[in-house]
Amino acid sequence: MEKKDHIISILVHNKPDVLARVAGTLGGKGYNIDSLCVNTTTQNDISKIVMTTSGSQSTITRIENQLQRLVDVISVDDLTNVESIHREMVLVRLNLTAENSEAVKNAVDMNKWKVIVSGDTYVIIEITGDKRQVDFSLARLEPLGITDITRTGLVALTLED
Amino acid sequence: MKLKGTEIFLKALEEEKVDIIFGYPGGAVLDLYDQLYQSNLRHILVRHEQGAVHAADGYARATGKVGVCLVTSGPGATNTVTGIATANMDSIPLVVFTGQVPTGLIGNDAFQECDITGITRPCTKHNFLVRNIEELASTIKEAFHIARSGRPGPVLVDLPKNVMAAQYDYDPANVKIRNQEAIYKPAPKKMANVLDMLNAAKKPLIMTGGGVILGKASDELTLLARKYEIPVTGTLMGLGSFPGTDPLWLGMLGMHGTYYANMAVSHCDFMLAVGVRFDDRVTGSIETFASNAKIVHIDIDPSSINKNVTIDLPIIGDTKATLKDILRFLEEHHYTQDAGSRAEWLRELAEWREKVPLSYCQNGEVIKPQYVIEKLQKLTKGDVLITTDVGQHQMWTAQFFNFDRPNTFVSSGGLGTMGFGLPAAIGVKCAFPDRQVVAIAGDGSIQMNIQELATAAQYNIAVKVVLLNNEFLGMPRQWQEMFYNKRYSHTDMTYAPDFVKLAEAFGVIGLRATKPAEVETVLEQGLAADKPVLMDFRISREECVYPMVHPGGSITQMTLGSREMIN
Repeated sequence: MEKKDHIISILVHNKPDVLARVAGTLGGKGYNIDSLCVNTTTQNDISKIVMTTSGSQSTITRIENQLQRLVDVISVDDLTNVESIHREMVLVRLNLTAENSEAVKNAVDMNKWKVIVSGDTYVIIEITGDKRQVDFSLARLEPLGITDITRTGLVALTLED
Repeated sequence: MKLKGTEIFLKALEEEKVDIIFGYPGGAVLDLYDQLYQSNLRHILVRHEQGAVHAADGYARATGKVGVCLVTSGPGATNTVTGIATANMDSIPLVVFTGQVPTGLIGNDAFQECDITGITRPCTKHNFLVRNIEELASTIKEAFHIARSGRPGPVLVDLPKNVMAAQYDYDPANVKIRNQEAIYKPAPKKMANVLDMLNAAKKPLIMTGGGVILGKASDELTLLARKYEIPVTGTLMGLGSFPGTDPLWLGMLGMHGTYYANMAVSHCDFMLAVGVRFDDRVTGSIETFASNAKIVHIDIDPSSINKNVTIDLPIIGDTKATLKDILRFLEEHHYTQDAGSRAEWLRELAEWREKVPLSYCQNGEVIKPQYVIEKLQKLTKGDVLITTDVGQHQMWTAQFFNFDRPNTFVSSGGLGTMGFGLPAAIGVKCAFPDRQVVAIAGDGSIQMNIQELATAAQYNIAVKVVLLNNEFLGMPRQWQEMFYNKRYSHTDMTYAPDFVKLAEAFGVIGLRATKPAEVETVLEQGLAADKPVLMDFRISREECVYPMVHPGGSITQMTLGSREMIN
């Protein structure tokens, strides 16, 4: 069966170990987590975990069922075929030198990247977008001399309840 | 009223109607044991923590209630892991209390500290570390609720020493819990689908599993099968959920299933699978499993559906409630089986049964294990609770003992834990002191938890061990015979203790039979004793369990054994 990327949104009770339980359930059964994002919701005692994973539809159903068995899991939703928006953020640090500083400045202006902080020898840029947009920006930044990046997992929100 | 943590613990157990715990003291739980000193709660001191969990497990399987253990931190806790994993695989409700070092020391590599909630996360239904006294009572209540609700399972509660020494207000009326599990109610449309499929079926078959026993649905399943003349096969965990002496019973299916049960599975055109999870030992190759059948699968756990076998009609729900709904629906819609096609199907099954019955040949001067099991059934008239270890003796028991009632066959199915039988029998006997309780064991398995003979002797828990002693790790040896060119690599157990003397050293009666003629006398003597007994039956060394489906092969491809077996 066709393997596809899936975005799974999981509401959990904000209890100790809940992330370990969710991650362990997938890892222990041989499924991969490609990206992960966790934080509390508007209710402090409930957290939302958004993760991306890949597999055939039957694999994804199995993952959903296994997660649903966990006592601290409230709900599991596959957002892949639901109208929803997706965002990732990446912070990129570039090394500034006499040779590249002009090129970096031009690229930042042209691409409307957001400079968070800059110094004599470095600049940190924030890029937000869906996975494709973030990948695209990173490819453009690559030749300018990236020294480090930190990329969040994907977050997703459905248009309607 | 302010109570100490240890007092709250005992009161919370009282609220849950716990009448017995199996345990072993140690540093981190000495406050609790001090509280037990002045309590009426029955405590059985085992000789190894693994034994405590298996005993609680046996108690739970035989009674349907939650089994309870109490052990200390560190090695006490890690020794419970095999027992917990055993219960988890077979969905047995347990609450395991482990001691823990004081909260201030957690993470410091303190003496006898281990992260037991981390270790047991993948093999419990859920677990808790009680971080403060405020949550002690509600955590215990929630642990019992989780263990017994939905698909049952083991729950571990880790109790730091300082939490148990702290004080807090306790009023059972104020203890609240969350997580009421969803109750599934099958859609009426599904009942109509079942009716349509049954109407279309010429060769229907019921496959019953552990979920029927856990769901207390044996009466409904038996009624359904008998009323509409549907033959029944079962998994190892399902033994006893349908009467083993009923003519509709085909015996166990799968790797060591009967020829006729496996043929029935392959030829049926409709299968009602109730409370099963289609384990690989049951299905053999998935592609050929029940390939002619429309399959209805009833299970309380959605994750069991379509996990291994593709299901035509899944019904997620409690087995008892769902079978009641089906019975009611069939009656309301005046379902009757087509007498002609049903008779034809039953005749076909009878032919297979006649062609290759379960059989063995007791001749000569060497005891055959099947003979011992048949004699045991005859002498007890089947009125006995049986536990087993894991291996050949377990399969012979499953094949040759006809279990007529649920909760009478106690065995580690999913995990296949050697050393389970004796401690489990102790738990069963504690629950039913007036019933005959027999642990059927192998010489390999019995040595894994033989220390529990001391527990049986101390409390005079009169379990009877039937040791089928072939001086081999019999099942691996059988595989070596069949698949490894008889290279018996490290399966020869000839070096073993004198089990009779060993039993006597523990304060248990030791008996031995070396010839077929002695079997009945030894059994009679052992069963009649009001003390624990170990009966050492020296059996045929290289007897194999037949039929046998080759691992991964179709369940119709069975090795049926030597010529003399096939009459």
